[in-house]
Amino acid sequence: MAPLLEIEDLRTYIKLREGTVHAVDGVSLYVEPGETLGIVGESGSGKTMTALSIMGLLPVGGHIAGGTIHLDGQQIGGLPEDVMRKIRGDEIGMIFQDPLTSLNPTMTVGKQIAEAVRLHRDVTREQAMDRAAEVLDLVGMPRPRERLGEYPHQFSGGMRQRVMIAMALACEPKLLIADEPTTALDVTIQKQILELIDDLRQRLGMSVILVTHDLGVIAGRADRVAVMYAGKIAETTDTGTLFANPRHPYTEALFHALPDKAAETRERLYSIPGVPPDLVNPPKACRFAPRCRYAQDHCREEEPRLLGENPEHLYACFYPVGEAERGRTVAARVNAAQPAVSAETFARVPGEVVLAAKGLVKDFPVTKGLLQRRVGAVSAVAGVSFDVRRGETFGLVGESGCGKTTIGRLIVGLEKATAGRISFAGGDLASASGREYRRQRRKIQYMFQDSYASLDPRMRAGTILREPLVVQHIGSRQEQQRRVAEMLDHVGLPRNAVERYPHEFSGGQRQRLGFARALMLSPELIVADEPVSALDVSIQAQVLNLMSALQDDLGLTYLFISHDLAVVRYLSDHIGVMYLGKLVEVGPAEEVYLQPAHPYTRGLIDSAPTANPAAEKAKVRAGVTGELPSAISPPSGCRFRTRCPRAQEICAEVEPPLRPFSAKLHMAACHFPLEVPLSLEATSAAEPA
Amino acid sequence: MSMITPPPEGPSAGAVLDAPPNGAGTLTAVEAAELGLEPTAKPRSLLRRGWEVFAENKLALASLGGVVFMVGFCFIGPLIYSTDQVHVSLAQSLCPPGSGHPLGCDQLGYDLLGRLMTGGQTSLEVGFAAAVVSVLFGTLYGAFAGFVGGPIDAFLMRVVDAGLSIPYIMVLIILSVIFRPSTTIMIFIIAVFYWLGVARLIRGETLTLRTREYVQAVKVIGGRRSRAIIRHIVPNSIGTIIVQGTFAVADSILILAGLGFLGLGVSPPATDWGTMLSNGTNYLQSQQNYWWLIYPAGIAIIVTCISFNFIGDALRDAFETRLQRR
Repeated sequence: MAPLLEIEDLRTYIKLREGTVHAVDGVSLYVEPGETLGIVGESGSGKTMTALSIMGLLPVGGHIAGGTIHLDGQQIGGLPEDVMRKIRGDEIGMIFQDPLTSLNPTMTVGKQIAEAVRLHRDVTREQAMDRAAEVLDLVGMPRPRERLGEYPHQFSGGMRQRVMIAMALACEPKLLIADEPTTALDVTIQKQILELIDDLRQRLGMSVILVTHDLGVIAGRADRVAVMYAGKIAETTDTGTLFANPRHPYTEALFHALPDKAAETRERLYSIPGVPPDLVNPPKACRFAPRCRYAQDHCREEEPRLLGENPEHLYACFYPVGEAERGRTVAARVNAAQPAVSAETFARVPGEVVLAAKGLVKDFPVTKGLLQRRVGAVSAVAGVSFDVRRGETFGLVGESGCGKTTIGRLIVGLEKATAGRISFAGGDLASASGREYRRQRRKIQYMFQDSYASLDPRMRAGTILREPLVVQHIGSRQEQQRRVAEMLDHVGLPRNAVERYPHEFSGGQRQRLGFARALMLSPELIVADEPVSALDVSIQAQVLNLMSALQDDLGLTYLFISHDLAVVRYLSDHIGVMYLGKLVEVGPAEEVYLQPAHPYTRGLIDSAPTANPAAEKAKVRAGVTGELPSAISPPSGCRFRTRCPRAQEICAEVEPPLRPFSAKLHMAACHFPLEVPLSLEATSAAEPA
Repeated sequence: MSMITPPPEGPSAGAVLDAPPNGAGTLTAVEAAELGLEPTAKPRSLLRRGWEVFAENKLALASLGGVVFMVGFCFIGPLIYSTDQVHVSLAQSLCPPGSGHPLGCDQLGYDLLGRLMTGGQTSLEVGFAAAVVSVLFGTLYGAFAGFVGGPIDAFLMRVVDAGLSIPYIMVLIILSVIFRPSTTIMIFIIAVFYWLGVARLIRGETLTLRTREYVQAVKVIGGRRSRAIIRHIVPNSIGTIIVQGTFAVADSILILAGLGFLGLGVSPPATDWGTMLSNGTNYLQSQQNYWWLIYPAGIAIIVTCISFNFIGDALRDAFETRLQRR
C-alpha cells in the first residue's frame, strides 16, 4: 500500500532579522494509512515546524525551501494559500497544544465546529450543527446537544481539548496531526485524551502524526517513531525496536536521561552536556557530535547520512550504539573526558524532623461585586500534616489544583495559612515576626518553577545573586562578589555569567541561576516548585543531578513539588500524594510507588506514561476517570470518591483518616485501601459488612 | 557560609579534565566547559546599550534631530535673529515674506519668523513642564494606588475616573477664562487633566509587576516591601514612565495649541503656536492669500509633535532589555 503521506528531503527555513534559521533541514518520512507516527524531540528540534510545513501554517518569515510533501499522491508542499485552505481541515486535521488559546472565546463551541464543516461541505446550518453534535458525541462529550450552545470557558481543559479534536475530525480527515496535544493537561486527563485519539484512529481508519517531547507518550501510542535533533531526523524505526535497541547515541542518551529507569537504582542520571546547536549556522558535521559521548574526529568533520542496516531502521550515525555493537567496542570508544553514567548512588540517612506542618488550612476567599463581598471560599489546602526530616527530599505530588503549590508558598511565607502550624527547626514560623521572621527566612528558600519570570529582567545575574546577601546585610561588597563567583562554580555556570541578563541564558542555565539564588543564604530547606517541568529531558537531567549533588555536598533538605511522578520518585525519600487539598497518601518513595494503598495514587501511577512500549500497551483502561471537582464546593466525605472505582456510601459520609500501612510511616486516607492496613482495630469501623 | 566547599578546579583550556573531586564537580566541570559562554567584551552601561537600540531606528534619530533643531531655533534663534516682539507696528501689517522679514509679518506688524521663535518658547516650555508635572504626579499616585490595593486603591481610582469623565475642554475654557492665562497657569491647567491618564496607566503596570515572581522572590529572601518597590517595580516600569513622558510633551503642546486656537492661549503680547494659527485663520477667508500666517506655525506644531511621538516609540524599544545587544 502506498503511504498516505510522504515527505522527501523537506527543508523549512525561517527568515529572522539576524539570519535564516534552518528549522527543518532535509527531513524525509512517511505515514502509512491507519498508523500513528510519533515525532519526538526536544524544543527547537524542528518537530513542530515539520508539522506546520505539512499544514502550510508556517509563521511569518517561514517558507519551504526545498523538498516535497505528498498527501495521497498529490504534492501539497508550498501550494498557494487558497488551494491549501481546501486541504486543511478537510483532508488534514490538526490539534494544537493549548486548547484555551486555540478556541475562540466569543463563539459557542457548536458554531466553531459547524464553521469547520460549512467551510468544506455543502451543507445547511442545521446539518452542520447536527454534524457538530455528532462529533462531540464521538469524542466522548457528555450531553453533546446541550453543550453545543456553550462557550469555551464553560469547559474544563480536558473537555476543551476534546472540542478541539471534534473540530479537527468534523470533516473526517485522512490525517490528524496532534502537536503536543496533552502537554498542558494533567496526567489523568492526558491518558484519557491519548486513549481517545487512539480509539478514534482505529474507528475512523485515519493516520495520526503525534508530535511530542515525551518519550512515555510515544511508547504507548505510536507504531513508528522519528527522533528529531536540530532540524534533522536522527533515527527512525518502529516503536518496539527503537525502545529495545536504539542505535543513535542521541536516542540512547534521551533514554538514559529519563528518571524512570534510574529511580530504583538511584543512580545519577546521564545528562547530555551542552545545548543544541544554533540553527542559523548549523555545523557541517554531525549536529550531535559536540554533545555525543562517543564522538570521534570523523564525526566533527563529515555529516552522517540517514542509513541503517535495513530500510525499516534508519539512523544518522557513523558509530551507532546498541545491541549489535554491545560488548565489542563501545566501552573502548567512550571518550574519557566525558564520563558515562556514573555508578555513584545516593542513599541518605535522614536526621531529625526539621519541618513539621500540622493541620494546614488555606482558603482563598471568592469575592463578588464592587464591594468585594465574600461569597465563598476555594479550599486550596484542607488540613494537611506532614514531617520533613533533615537531609531528605520530601516529594509532594498531585494534579494541578490539588494544593501542592499553595503548601510550598505557605512554608516559604508567600501566603498566610488560614489555620494550622508550621514549625521549622523547633520554632513556630507563624509566631515569628519582623526582624526575627526575616532572619528565619534565610533558612528556607524557594525555587520557582518559571525561572524566567522569577528573575528580574533588568538585573544582571551578579546583582540577582548578590541581592539576598545585600538584603540580609551579609559581608562586604567584595565578600559578596566572591561568594557569587563561588556559587556560580557550584551550579556549573561560568564566572563571566555575572555580567549577563536573564534573557541571555538558556532555560536550563536560568534554572541553575534560580537555584543559585536560593542557595545564596546557605539555607537548610529549599522548597522547589516544579523546578524542571519547563525543561527538556536532557536539561532536566542536568538540573536534577545538580540538585542531588548539592544536596549531598551542602546537607540540604528539599521539599520537592511536582506533578511528574517519575521525577518525584527519582529524587525523593518520602512522597506525599495530594488530591484536592488533602494529603491522601504519604510514605517512603519506593513503598508508595510500588505498593500504593490509595486508589488515587494507583491511578496516578497508571496514568503517567513510561518509556516502555510493552508496559504501556499492557495497562489498558487503567488510570483515573473523570475530572477534578471544584474546590469551592468539594465533595463530602472522601474528596476522591467522585472519581474512585471503589467508592461506596460511607465514602460520602465519613472522611477517611490517615491510617498506617507499614512501620515505615506509610499512611493513606482511604476506607477501602488497596493494601492491608497495620492495625485492624482502627479499620474495623470502616470495613464493609 | 562555611558550608560551601571551595569550588572545584575550573576546566583548563583543553577539553581534558582532571578527575573531579566529587559529584558536584563532575557536573560543574563538564558543563562549565560545555555550556561555557564565550568570554564577553567589557560590558557597556545600560544607557549605552539602550542608545544603540535607539540609534538603530533612523526615524527616531531624525526626530531627535527635529526636536533639537526646534529647541535651538526657539531659544537660541532670537539671539541671532532679534526682532521686536513687543511693539505693534501697523505699517508692516501683513507684509509678505521678503527682504527684512523672511516669513513676512502678521496683522499687527510682528515679524513672523521672530514670532515663531517666541511662540515656540511658550509652546515648548508649557509642553515640557506640563509633561513633567503630570507624569511625576500621575506616576506617584498610580504606583501608590497599585501598591496598597484594596479600598484605598478603589477610592483613588474612582477619583481618577470622575476626573476623566468631566469634558476637559469645557473646564479648560472655564479655567482659562477665570485666570488670566500665563505660561505657569497654562502648565497647571494642562497638567490637572493629563495626570489622570498617566495615573491609570502606571497603576495597571504596578498591579501586574506586583504579582511577578521576581517581586515575590524579594519576600522569600527576607527583603522589605520598599526594596521590592524601589529595586524591582520602579526600574521595570521606568520604560513606561519615560515613554509616557515623551508622549505627554507632544500632547501638551497639542492641547496648548488647541486652547490657543480657541483664543484662550497666553495673552498678548506673548504668544504660542496655537494662538498664531488662530490669528492666521482670521485672514484665511480674505481675497489675499496670507499663507505665511498659517503654514509656519502649523508645520512647527506638526514637526514637534510627530518627532516626540517617534522618539517615544523608539524609547520604548530602547528600554526593553531583551532587544539590547551586547
